Amino acid sequence: MEPQFKPVADHALLVTFSDTISEEAHAAVIALDQAIAADVPDGVIETVPALVNLLVSFDPIKTDHSAVESHLRTQLEGLESRKIIGVDRHVQVCYEGDFAPDLEAVATATGLSQEAVINAHLAGDFHVLMYGFSPGYAYLSGVPEPIQVPRKPAPVRGVPAGSVIIAGPQCLITTLTMPTGWSIIGRSPTPIFTGNPDHPFLFDVGDRVVFERVDLKTYEALCKETTDGER
Amino acid sequence: MASARFSVSFAGPLVTFQDAGRPGNMRYGVAASGPMDRLAFGAAHAALGNKSGGSAIEISLGGLMLQCTEGTVTVAITGGDFVVEHAGQKTISWTTLTVRKGEKLAIRAGKAGSWAYLAFAGDLASETWLGSQATHASSGFGGGVLQSGQALVVADAAVREEREGEIAQPEFASDGAMRVVLGPQDQYFTATAMEHLLNEQFTVSDAYDRMGMRLNGPVLEMQSALSIPSEPIIRGSIQVSGDGVPTVLLADHQTTGGYPKIATVISCDTDRLTQLRVGQKIRFTSVSSQQAVDAARDDAQQKAKYLDQISIARGTLAQRLMRENLIHGWADD
Repeated sequence: MEPQFKPVADHALLVTFSDTISEEAHAAVIALDQAIAADVPDGVIETVPALVNLLVSFDPIKTDHSAVESHLRTQLEGLESRKIIGVDRHVQVCYEGDFAPDLEAVATATGLSQEAVINAHLAGDFHVLMYGFSPGYAYLSGVPEPIQVPRKPAPVRGVPAGSVIIAGPQCLITTLTMPTGWSIIGRSPTPIFTGNPDHPFLFDVGDRVVFERVDLKTYEALCKETTDGER
Repeated sequence: MASARFSVSFAGPLVTFQDAGRPGNMRYGVAASGPMDRLAFGAAHAALGNKSGGSAIEISLGGLMLQCTEGTVTVAITGGDFVVEHAGQKTISWTTLTVRKGEKLAIRAGKAGSWAYLAFAGDLASETWLGSQATHASSGFGGGVLQSGQALVVADAAVREEREGEIAQPEFASDGAMRVVLGPQDQYFTATAMEHLLNEQFTVSDAYDRMGMRLNGPVLEMQSALSIPSEPIIRGSIQVSGDGVPTVLLADHQTTGGYPKIATVISCDTDRLTQLRVGQKIRFTSVSSQQAVDAARDDAQQKAKYLDQISIARGTLAQRLMRENLIHGWADD
């Protein structure tokens, strides 16, 4: 994939692999992101991986667009295998009662039983595509086709943090009380904000996410553990 | 050293704790936040002789009223043209003064500007998140939004009489059109839209907060209805929604989004952009990416020089009087 380099203001470069979403483009984004992390070009401050492109932001006092571009071009040459080093992350979900206000609607829309929707969700092959919208909002690909449902016509307000929500092929675990038009099918006790200063967010872009079902009692016990851990 | 305490008698909306921000977390959906006007924020600390980047209070047009309940501390107020009332005296922002126990300090919207900064000679305490006190307004993470009734604590509060008085305002910032680098999606817009962007005036709308500033003006049409994959956004990105209305993303911007970006305001012009108010006019002019880098370097140099200058203590009143006398003495000879 031949990337396009576009300057963004005085302090960033956008490297785009494709105009449309594809696994190949996303794999290229992650491979470049990981290559940069392993060998940070002079003056580069941070990178932001997204679906088809990667933003590389830099200090314009120390470097400029063309110096960063030429460094990245060299890095890209060595990236033919595009091997992604993602980690498996386990996330518990409770699909019961008030935690899953839209489970019934998803079941109705897809012609499945609620139990079948849950099992399909658990069977999904989820990967972290990118973060966006709000702090810690990791967009996951991999909702199985039989349970893909469109966004609601209007967002619902005050959806609690920890909600497991789906829309189309994407799934997300919310980290804040926020409005959402996605379908709420469960609640997770697994903190995305880890509280660990060395690794403050549970996922890195490219990680695989495995959902595990827990009942209400386990959910509550896990929540308590987290809260106690923070003390 | 002693601490100083204040009680917040009144805080308007969007009055927040801000430090230099938390860069490096955009990949996790976290904008850097930090002050809307970074130059004015830096000036407040410099004028007090503080190290740069510490916590201060960003004051919106809603204003802030404090009462000192304990201790004595020198403070600096910068940014825009706000009205400052202290112990019965009225002045404008860009001033350094000492607040004593029992005294009131009020900072209100004045003739111009949208954001003022209040820094203390000491360490202003607040919550931190990801190692920074900067408030991310929509989540409330970081130091947070100030509330009426809240107490403020300044540790190691110092009195720096030799720094009291007016703070010279920066004069180097350009006051013309906002400089932008076109793109990264300028190719999706009609030629007319590009002409409008660079030749017409826009007006700051009332949809303006720490996340961004929506502009009224000519519609910026795309060549076709367009849906681009969500991609990274930075401070200064001008994204255009489906109805052709541009929004400049600012300190608490979303980190990714699916609206095309017609252009990006260069970093050294975002400070003065944020000081505009609803109804004020704005123009854009295009520069090349290399011109943008040159401008950033030039601006950084001038900014460093300016901050150095205002960080020199002018001397206490007694010292200043003595200096004046000496000068007069020489003149009389």
